[in-house]
Amino acid sequence: MIKETYLNTFVLSLFILIPLWAYLADEPFTITLMTRAVIFALAAVGLNLALGIGGLVSLGHAVFFGLGGYAMGVLAHHAQTFTAVAEWPFLIEGTKSMPVIWLVAVVISSLAALLIGILSLRTTGVYFIMITLAFGQMFFFFSISWSEYGGEDGLSIYVRNSFPGLNTLDPIQFYGLCFAILCVVLFMMARLFKSPFGLALNAARQTPERVETVGLNATRLKLVAFVVSGAVTGLAGALFADLNRFVSPTMFSWQLSGEIIVFVIIGGVGRLFGPVVGAGVFVALEHFLGGLSEFWHIYLGALLLAIVLFGRGGVIGILSGREKIHD
Amino acid sequence: MPIVLIAEQVLNGLQFGIMLFLMAAGLTLIFGVMGLINLAHGSLYMVGAFAAAAVAGWTGSFFLALLAALIAAACAGAIVEIVVIRRLYDRDHLDQVLATFALILIFSEGTRWIFGSFPLFLDIPDYLAGPVTLPGGIQYPLYRITLIAAGLLVASGLGLMIAKTRIGIQIRAGENDREMIAALGVDISKLYTLVFALGAALAGLAGALVGTIQSVEVGMGEPVLILAFVVIVIGGIGSIKGALIGSILVGLTDTLGGVFLPQFFQLFMEPASATSIGSSLASMAIYILMSVILIWRPTGLFGSRP
Amino acid sequence: MTDLVLETQGISKAFGALEANKDISVDLAAGEIHAIIGPNGAGKSTLIAQVCGAQQPDKGRVRFLGEDVTDLPVRGRAKKGLGRTFQISALAMEDTVLQNVVLGAMGASSTVWHFIKPALADQVLVDRAELALERVGLSDVRSQRTAELSHGQRRQLEVAIALTLQPKAFIMDEPMAGLGSEGSKQLTRFLDELRNEAPILLVEHDMDAVFALADRISVLVYGEIIATGTVEEIRRNKDVQRAYLGEAE
Repeated sequence: MIKETYLNTFVLSLFILIPLWAYLADEPFTITLMTRAVIFALAAVGLNLALGIGGLVSLGHAVFFGLGGYAMGVLAHHAQTFTAVAEWPFLIEGTKSMPVIWLVAVVISSLAALLIGILSLRTTGVYFIMITLAFGQMFFFFSISWSEYGGEDGLSIYVRNSFPGLNTLDPIQFYGLCFAILCVVLFMMARLFKSPFGLALNAARQTPERVETVGLNATRLKLVAFVVSGAVTGLAGALFADLNRFVSPTMFSWQLSGEIIVFVIIGGVGRLFGPVVGAGVFVALEHFLGGLSEFWHIYLGALLLAIVLFGRGGVIGILSGREKIHD
Repeated sequence: MPIVLIAEQVLNGLQFGIMLFLMAAGLTLIFGVMGLINLAHGSLYMVGAFAAAAVAGWTGSFFLALLAALIAAACAGAIVEIVVIRRLYDRDHLDQVLATFALILIFSEGTRWIFGSFPLFLDIPDYLAGPVTLPGGIQYPLYRITLIAAGLLVASGLGLMIAKTRIGIQIRAGENDREMIAALGVDISKLYTLVFALGAALAGLAGALVGTIQSVEVGMGEPVLILAFVVIVIGGIGSIKGALIGSILVGLTDTLGGVFLPQFFQLFMEPASATSIGSSLASMAIYILMSVILIWRPTGLFGSRP
Repeated sequence: MTDLVLETQGISKAFGALEANKDISVDLAAGEIHAIIGPNGAGKSTLIAQVCGAQQPDKGRVRFLGEDVTDLPVRGRAKKGLGRTFQISALAMEDTVLQNVVLGAMGASSTVWHFIKPALADQVLVDRAELALERVGLSDVRSQRTAELSHGQRRQLEVAIALTLQPKAFIMDEPMAGLGSEGSKQLTRFLDELRNEAPILLVEHDMDAVFALADRISVLVYGEIIATGTVEEIRRNKDVQRAYLGEAE
């Protein structure tokens, strides 16, 4: 068994060394693949809070990913066409500035998570799963019918948005930016997991009646977790849109919601680095298996089935055993 | 607005709702009896549609195509239950979601591998083609009327089966108390396989019937699956009656909303933005319906209160 | 009766045709242990659930510290100072013993909305939790995973979590169940002292413990209180002997 902290350090160093190698060897495609992995990891880190710690099986997290994506798409679209997003009640201009776009993405996805959370948390268990899935579908169809922003065809953004002091068009610099964000969010999550809030949320998953009996509101704990979770996944969506310079309704699709769960599960649910490992493995499989066979999803499905049926705890669970008690 | 148009759209909504019911009934039965959330139910719908399209292509017989859909979906359901699903009954919902998500990937890619990515088409047989005139002078396609009738027939058959037959009694007992029926000497694993195959057959039938109005393609099952989830949430999990009423409610809301909301907004807006807002709103109408029902009754119209 | 801490006023609860509680009025005065006994299925759990707020009575009121709390949820009553232990342990099994007790301490100190500082670095919380663990004698296993505890230790942990809330009244649902004779004796001594801090409404099957501890006993049979009185009065009561003790002994 490998100690989990060693494993985490190893994973982090892979995320530094591989792009560094690719940069020196002039392999921009590898850097782009790694950027994809980092962004998926960020989306899954968001979900992991709700799913792994809070026990909320959200099958609609693509909503936040998509909202983050469209926040970028809409703002940048207006900036590149020199039109206003809205003129009433006050003038809102488009922007090509990443920090502003991220802020908008985070705010909008938090608000959506708040609304969806309030409604969905009236229920539990299988109802919750079905309802989050249904809300995902609602946003999907809405984006398709929203012809102002490309409808089914989506929106293309010609030039990647800017970040002060960086050339974001350079793959390694954009990678560095995304990786830095992932590290900051991971650090915050690490603190959050151990904080009183994290402890209470963890208990609310295991035994909600106990949490209520000591005078805490289990539903409210879960709601806050859901909102933070949505915000992080929304931020990932904005980055993903910038990576591809393209947004479309597929960012809202239920398959994507399923895949974000898959990232968390492959890596190890409720583990800090589970989503990072999972997203890395997924992108690697997608690249290598996808190169071997057009039908690589069959193998992905078989692998997933095997992990669910036999290898509980994901990659981290298999490699470093049950979670060490941090005392 | 002409009454004929309204009647036609109501019938369309009814037909859509009845097809949703065939999906939702299986889902709700499987959840009620085995406590399993099955995302792969949409794949069984797809299997039915493909089996029907293939057999219709070979033999040219619509009846044989329907039969093939039923058999193929039931067999696929039974095999999946024996190989994978029965290992999931004692697992939590997350594992069930993941495993059945994995099954979707396998089914979808497998079907793409066998049949290719191009959609197939199933033709309406001649004896069911063309319109009929309904009382009140409404012209309506005979095939869609047949769908409504067939769906209602299946619904009442299902209702009778659950209320009157031995299997139905076992199913109802299984919903209430698993230990009880095991104690009564019912072979529970056989019963579960049977219920799953029955649900699968209903989904396959729906896939084949709808396959003649839409194209038969990979990924056709999941949108219907999610609508069926909405139906179940509205009707209450485990309730066949809830599934029927929920289906019709969703079918009508979706169909009527899509047609009439844009027209409604045209009453006080310019046509272009009325169409855009109306159709956007229509695409969300059933989810808004679901939210309202949830706020009112968190466990659905006929779900058991906690 | 000015020193009544907790009181139910004619509460009734039916599940379909089954009347689980019929017009039950029990009360708890400062400094006492009031035991509720009765055969299985008599409605004790239903009564506890209504006192704690997990279920709403169909009829009747629940008063706590002179206030009507009938419409308050579980957490509202907990905040007012109602501490309970569960018959079937409700513990975070994956967490450590200390973490479980810290959770209780958090409920009492409204630090739950702290997101940055680790819970186990908050000295106020940890001190309070450690104190509770020491009192029930679980200090040695503080770092163990809760799932590894013995059945008896889990019962003690239940009590420790309730202690961290510094409640004004305790509701204990069969705390002795499965403890073994030595464990029951220890817990009996502990509860005997505890009553001076806060009165205890005690549902218990262990008759030795009940007779040793209770200031008053109420007997619940088929959803109704058939008698309330001191240990001696209950022992002598003919109805009780017929309905309950007669069968048991």
